[in-house]
Amino acid sequence: MLQHYLKTAWKVFLRRKFFTLISLFGITFTLVVLMVATALLDHAFAPYPPEVNQDRTRTVLRAQMLGEHSTWGSGPGYKLLDRYARNLPGVERLSISSNPGAAQSFLGARKITLQLRRTDAEFWSILSFKFLEGGPFNAQDVAEARFVAVINEATRDRLFGGRSALNQVFEADGQRFRVVGVVPDVPVLRRIPFADVWVPLTTAKTDSYRNDLLGPFMGIALLQRGASSDEVNAEFMARLKKVELPDPKNYDKIIARFETTFENMATSLFALRGEEETHVERLWAAILIVGLLFMLLPTVNLVNLNVSRMMERASEIGVRKAFGASSRALVGQFVVENVAMALIGATVGFVLSFVALQGITASGLIPYAKLHLNLRIFLYGVAIAVFFGVFSGVYPAWRMSRLNPVQALKGASR
Amino acid sequence: MIRLENIEKVYRTERIETVALSGINVEVGEGEFVSVMGPSGCGKSTLLNVMGLLDVPTGGAVHLDGALIDSYQDRKLARIRNRHIGFIFQTFHLVADLSVLDNVEIPLLYRRTPAGERRKLAMAALERVGLGSRIHHFPSQLSGGQQQRVAIARAIVGRPRILLADEPTGNLDSQMGDEIMAILQDLNRTEKTTVVMVTHDQRLACETGRIIRLFDGRMVN
Repeated sequence: MLQHYLKTAWKVFLRRKFFTLISLFGITFTLVVLMVATALLDHAFAPYPPEVNQDRTRTVLRAQMLGEHSTWGSGPGYKLLDRYARNLPGVERLSISSNPGAAQSFLGARKITLQLRRTDAEFWSILSFKFLEGGPFNAQDVAEARFVAVINEATRDRLFGGRSALNQVFEADGQRFRVVGVVPDVPVLRRIPFADVWVPLTTAKTDSYRNDLLGPFMGIALLQRGASSDEVNAEFMARLKKVELPDPKNYDKIIARFETTFENMATSLFALRGEEETHVERLWAAILIVGLLFMLLPTVNLVNLNVSRMMERASEIGVRKAFGASSRALVGQFVVENVAMALIGATVGFVLSFVALQGITASGLIPYAKLHLNLRIFLYGVAIAVFFGVFSGVYPAWRMSRLNPVQALKGASR
Repeated sequence: MIRLENIEKVYRTERIETVALSGINVEVGEGEFVSVMGPSGCGKSTLLNVMGLLDVPTGGAVHLDGALIDSYQDRKLARIRNRHIGFIFQTFHLVADLSVLDNVEIPLLYRRTPAGERRKLAMAALERVGLGSRIHHFPSQLSGGQQQRVAIARAIVGRPRILLADEPTGNLDSQMGDEIMAILQDLNRTEKTTVVMVTHDQRLACETGRIIRLFDGRMVN
């Protein structure tokens, strides 16, 4: 039966090539946009080296000091993380690192801007960097504030012309560092590990960062296997209630929590002042709604196109009904035809998505992004195509199946 | 085999009420070859559609093999049509996108007949009507007579007990019409298939076993 339906579908597609092309264009274009968006989301949130332990990794990216009439929001400061986030039950390791900041370097007379991040040694044991040369700096390097650095591949190429960078010295942010390791480029969308250059936290120009509850830092925690992030957060928030605030007249509490990157995005978009819950379900809902709305227009267009082609097939519908096709069988046939069309569109869409993603990657629009289609994205694309096929086919199929066979045959005879 | 009891069929729109059939009582026995005649618009095709369960009567009852058709649920009627009734239309109504063989297989699709078996039965039906060598042709590549023969093959492939033919020779010349008539008579004689045929052709009607005459939706002698 399926083979018959597909054979019929193919013949119908070829009979009206113009309508087929319009349908395919709508499906393909929508799919390309959605696939590129999915690839970007996947690139930002899915497990990706060096973030391979995402299921156990949580970060503190935001902190808020709150008073009755005042709010001060920022990243967490070193003091907040060092004093209140260390040795939490359920946390295997904790790293404190600064957010990447612009640092000027010079190659001869040419100024190069690098994104420099200051981290501790734990950073390298939580995140799984693959080293192209050398290795990370260690706890002793950090303790002794040695001016060593790990750089990415692009920085090696820019500073050293692609030669080995090990033990080479370069200047960044007015300080001179010796290269101890080279790693592959980390895409800018990977907020936690991203930088061009990583140096020990203790090489900061001043120590004043150690006294701040809020500041440009992040805490990265690797949870123990089986540990609950809710329990970790409960303990963390209990500790935060005991924080001595610097300005108790204006602020009476400080809040922060360990979150996944996705949760953090949901918090930044949807959390109201002082809310301690994440709003992941709202972010999912927003993504779904935007995706569905985007698909709505081409789906409605396809529905109209299919309905307008109904009467062309009135004879066939009448004959099939006369010879025993139930309404359900006809709906099944037409939905199969529509899904087949959607899958053809999806195939073209995949090819074009691949080209688009290669183009975005090559353009450098998103630094170090390596956007590509993987199995996960491919399956999302197939799901979108099937959704398209079913939803744009069900209503026309239902209408076609309800045609009275006598009317259908009469209409075709005129 | 099929009995219509006091059948009424009225078409109603907002302004007009058209009585297509009124007080129709007719019985067609197994193995009969019956023709239905009457002027245009007298209800011949409507009668055939009601017999073939393609249309629901406004009043009266349809009996098939002594059983009352008391439910007009889509799936139930579809199943009955598929198992017991074959249709032959004046304008053939072959699916243009499908080959001759695929057209003939259509009734078997809805019996969930396996593909190999479907093909075998379809080939046999086409051989029966003398088109065994045209299985891969498309309807547009056939003459009118050949298309009607394909339509007959499609109607008989499932071995229905009743064939309902609505002016099967109406779009054909007399020679082709005679060929079609010969096939129907052969089916009636050898397979004992009941045939009810609407026709305008008095000559062909006289070759059938019985003539039912309609006028303005009523049976006349």
